[in-house]
Amino acid sequence: MEMRETEQQDRVLNSFSANALTCIRNDVVLFSGLGFRLDCGEVLQIQGPNGSGKTSLLRILCGLALPDDGAILWNEKNIHDHRQDYFKEMSYIGHVNGIKMELTALENLTIAGALAVTNQSISLPDILEKMGLAEHENTPARKLSSGQRRRLALARLLITDTRLWILDEPLTSLDDYGRQLMRDMITAHAAGNGITVLATHDPVDIQRHKITMINL
Amino acid sequence: MQMFHNSTSTVLIAVLKRDLVIGLRHRSELFNPLVFFFIVVTMFVLALGPYETTLRQVAPAVIWVAALLASTLSLDMMFHSDLDDGSLEQFLLSPHPLIIIVVAKILAHWLLTAAPLIVAALFLGLMVYLPQTAIMPLLLTLLLGTPVLSLVGAVLAALTVGLRGSGILLTLLILPLYIPVLIFSVATVDNAAKGLAITGELYFLGAILVLAATLAPLATTSSLRIRLG
Amino acid sequence: MFEYFYKYGSPRHFYDLSKMFVPWLGGICLILLIAGLTGGLVLAPPDYQQGEGFRIIYVHVPSAWMSLFIYMVMATAGATGLIWKVKVADALARASAPLGASFTFLALVTGSLWGKPMWGTWWVWDARLTSELILLFLYLGYMALQTAIDDRRTAARAGAILALVGVVNIPIIHYSVEWWHTLHQGPTITKLDAPSIHISMLVPLLIMALAFMFYYAAVVLLRARYEILENERNSAWVCELIEQRRG
Repeated sequence: MEMRETEQQDRVLNSFSANALTCIRNDVVLFSGLGFRLDCGEVLQIQGPNGSGKTSLLRILCGLALPDDGAILWNEKNIHDHRQDYFKEMSYIGHVNGIKMELTALENLTIAGALAVTNQSISLPDILEKMGLAEHENTPARKLSSGQRRRLALARLLITDTRLWILDEPLTSLDDYGRQLMRDMITAHAAGNGITVLATHDPVDIQRHKITMINL
Repeated sequence: MQMFHNSTSTVLIAVLKRDLVIGLRHRSELFNPLVFFFIVVTMFVLALGPYETTLRQVAPAVIWVAALLASTLSLDMMFHSDLDDGSLEQFLLSPHPLIIIVVAKILAHWLLTAAPLIVAALFLGLMVYLPQTAIMPLLLTLLLGTPVLSLVGAVLAALTVGLRGSGILLTLLILPLYIPVLIFSVATVDNAAKGLAITGELYFLGAILVLAATLAPLATTSSLRIRLG
Repeated sequence: MFEYFYKYGSPRHFYDLSKMFVPWLGGICLILLIAGLTGGLVLAPPDYQQGEGFRIIYVHVPSAWMSLFIYMVMATAGATGLIWKVKVADALARASAPLGASFTFLALVTGSLWGKPMWGTWWVWDARLTSELILLFLYLGYMALQTAIDDRRTAARAGAILALVGVVNIPIIHYSVEWWHTLHQGPTITKLDAPSIHISMLVPLLIMALAFMFYYAAVVLLRARYEILENERNSAWVCELIEQRRG
């Protein structure tokens, strides 16, 4: 219990901000001068029609792409100068799932765990169970439904203890059960002082927490 | 809660194992380059005629050109499926150095494509009447030369990943870079067949391998960052 | 020093500055070309062995030198663009490729023209010609990669990596081809090189080499200007420029 408190104190400091971001794709200015600041427990929701640059913005925020102008700061430090530190504390789930069709659900989680800084206290089968994939542990991802694959991708969020989640359309192809699960996960993450950035068509209602909106 | 940061070798082994498992579950992709290797050699024999003296002379060249083409064929797939399903993004965002993952992928590519070719070359050598004395040197050149193909190939596979018509573009870019390996390997086997010394050529192949192993993973890493950025 | 570099390294300043340089470089090139050609084709005595045919070296040898030189420039500019993010360097690298390929092609054509009277065939797998042929493949590969990537910034950076890979490889390729050639040496004379020659033959050769260098400098600047306009087409200063032109 004591340990938990000190950890919480460490985490109070987290902040995620973007200053004057500009993104130009194929001669079209998708956005310019975009900025925000998020502190512990906050959720940022990015909305906009298709092609408005939601995915481009998320790829810039997670450090995959460079903005044409502006900077992204994690704990007041530029993410591109402290890449390794940033990646330790950030999870990104793109609109493609990042899972291998040839591998089973468990194998997919294992490799994701090897690549991340993992949370040892939780076992992978437990996470699969939590995501409603308990009986699919040894099913190749190819044989899962698209909703189940999405849940498998989102399971990555639980094997690590990253403080920042960047989610691109997390609710895509999820059924009501999956959507509720996702909402609960984001709520719990925010309650634990984590920061979430997500892009969605339809608003995610998460009660009791501060939600910032950006419309692209 | 205890956070656990995997060691470098754990990551390397995990990615290597992942790629090997995927490769072994994709039997056709594993066997196609091998079949291609046999077919190309057969085509050469059909074009040249079944004369033992002619074939014996061109055997090293034929086997090496066929091996080169076969290993080029499978290069395109090195990062392609990882790009399509989003795994490559996850690799780039891992807190572990990307170069470790790249090295593991190159190693897996070599084990899955080149290692079978080396075994197959043993039989093909006999089929094109390669002298007994040249069989071992042939395997040695393949052992030293094919890792260079996987290493240099990885750089260009990373540069062209996801481009329209990347297969032919990759072939066009890569073949000129394979010339030194081809020249020295064929010369080694040729000399061995004539009963001449081959250590000089082998040292040279070894030097190329060391150079490629030093620089190629670095270049592949930055290529991937550039292409996905 | 760095301030100076950044000021004049900015695309806009380069665009203005290069405009002044191009006519001068072109003029010097023309004078050198006339001097070199007169010296080489008229004043220099015929070779005692090869007769008048040797005069093709005044085009062949400088082209071969330029083909390698431009690849080095391309790789250096590419690396500069990659490491220090100098936009002008990216434009120079991209503008150099077709020029380098042209010089390589010229070296190949003149080599093969020379080969007809000397060897009796249009093509001989001579070490120099084979190396030039492989260099042409490298240039064509670089250009193919540049056109395949739509985003010009990514294309420049990917091209830089490819050019650097090429630079590491060129000496190895060159050495291995030389070695391959001595291994399979035929009975023909294979010396298509600046022969150990009389000063009256050498001076025009050096002048021609210099003329080619100035030609490259003038044309690469001209091409880089267009590359920069294309790269910076969204920037304020280019839009301003277009407005001015429209009047």
